[in-house]
Amino acid sequence: MNSAKLHDARDGVRDALPVFAAVVPFAAVFGALAVDAGLSVANILIASATIFAGASQYAMIELLGQKVPPWSIVLTVFAINFRHVLYSASIGRHLKQFSRLQKALAFFLLVDPIYASGEARAQRGTLRPAYYFAYGAVFYSTWMISNMAGVLFGAIVGDLSVYGFDYILPIYFTGLVIGFRRRPNFLPILIVSVIVSLGVYFTVGSPWHISLGGIAGLMLAAVLSKPEDNIMTASEEGHEHVA
Amino acid sequence: MNMWPDSVTLLVIACAVVTYLTRVSGHLILSRFGKVNHRVEAALDAVPTAVLAALVAPSLVTNGWAETLAIVVAGLVAARFSLITAVAAGLIALVLLRLI
Repeated sequence: MNSAKLHDARDGVRDALPVFAAVVPFAAVFGALAVDAGLSVANILIASATIFAGASQYAMIELLGQKVPPWSIVLTVFAINFRHVLYSASIGRHLKQFSRLQKALAFFLLVDPIYASGEARAQRGTLRPAYYFAYGAVFYSTWMISNMAGVLFGAIVGDLSVYGFDYILPIYFTGLVIGFRRRPNFLPILIVSVIVSLGVYFTVGSPWHISLGGIAGLMLAAVLSKPEDNIMTASEEGHEHVA
Repeated sequence: MNMWPDSVTLLVIACAVVTYLTRVSGHLILSRFGKVNHRVEAALDAVPTAVLAALVAPSLVTNGWAETLAIVVAGLVAARFSLITAVAAGLIALVLLRLI
């Protein structure tokens, strides 16, 4: 491994570290809840290893307990994970350094934090495989180990709300959003997405607020766009310096 | 003794396939178009802001004042300091506000 790759990999590990506090309880609680819901250990680990999308896995075990038809569970998982279609289209533009096989694996790992970190990395310079997969390896192994710990020691995980762990994910995602504040029309896009998300959440219901709120923000971005605003064109020309 | 794989295993695999499809399809669809219009480009640049904001929005209003204020604190701190500082500040604010 040459020094540029090593440097990239080290940055990837460093950027993944803040996620620890959020992922460990999230994964452990999933393991504990899945045991309570009556899933076998093998099925719990296969779910975490192959689906690798926490919010949709929570919904899956919740619905398994309600004895609804299997197709409606798959549909719910699809609805919750629909936002990944947008992540995929967005980050796919920055994977020019990736081989076909690396791309296939990169999309498998495309969870919210790795998407946001990859976007931020591409904005500062170039997103390379060493960075992405170092981040992914830290995230994936933490996810699986914490999940296993939740399965084994679920009973002693206890009430996480005492330490605020139940609210780490919203707090963490808020920090991630603010990281993109220098992008064109950040504030109007943020406000419209929040308002539409809340409107949908209280009328149509979850999980549609994510995709519909997000799409409202994207439509505003498209309407407000001027040809010279494009961030990647700007950064390729070296005009953009993001702290 | 349950046999494995069982029907839940099949359901899990179906969920995994559907999830992977969402993660790969956006890129596969977009890459069929060569150069895209600046408006599409702007929309794609707005994905992290718009989708993550839509994801968090209900957490702003569905709990108490402590939770709402903790998110505001995290957002304000993130505008000046690193992400990890913002997460720590948000958490400390939450734990303290819940004590009140």
